[in-house]
Amino acid sequence: MILNIFTYIFIVIGCFFNILAAVGLHRFPDVYTRLHAGTKCTTFGSIFLILAVVLQSAGGWVAEGLSSSQSILTLHSLIALAAILLTNPTSAHAISRAAHRSGVKPVNAVVDDLEKEKP
Amino acid sequence: MPWLSITVLLAFCIFIILIRLFLGPTPPDRLVGLDTLNTLVIVSMVTLGAAFNEVIYIDVAIVYALLSFVTTLFIAKYIEKGKF
Repeated sequence: MILNIFTYIFIVIGCFFNILAAVGLHRFPDVYTRLHAGTKCTTFGSIFLILAVVLQSAGGWVAEGLSSSQSILTLHSLIALAAILLTNPTSAHAISRAAHRSGVKPVNAVVDDLEKEKP
Repeated sequence: MPWLSITVLLAFCIFIILIRLFLGPTPPDRLVGLDTLNTLVIVSMVTLGAAFNEVIYIDVAIVYALLSFVTTLFIAKYIEKGKF
């Protein structure tokens, strides 16, 4: 019962942040702010949605005993979560570095410290 | 748990991001859209696996996560230098 309540709370948080990422990708003016919306919000929302899946299947695992099929669902969801957590910030860093080196300027930027840096 | 309706909602988010992918004025904009879309596809695969109680969907999601990471890195390197 308490597990169900926590699963619903996690689902609501995850769906809210994923919708926020989709809206922010349209509302922000340039690449760097869009990256801010599109990467961080989806990472946070994905953590909570996958944790909801893990909570539900872990509850099934405890209820059905040690050799139930829910154990594989739990562990593989955790592996998928680890893959997202490792790869998503790295690819965001690569995208922003590529955008700056290919000459895309930030809109309305006052100070751009990376301009002074030699590539 | 309403896993199927969550997957439909994520598909709606993916549709909104696809509009940015087609509109995006510069190539890095499109790459940002692609990266966001990949993350949402991974999450929707995990929720589909929970909906149908199938482990194979989550295995596909793991492999998709690693392959899309490599894809994003290669496109970023292509944008950075202009050629390989």
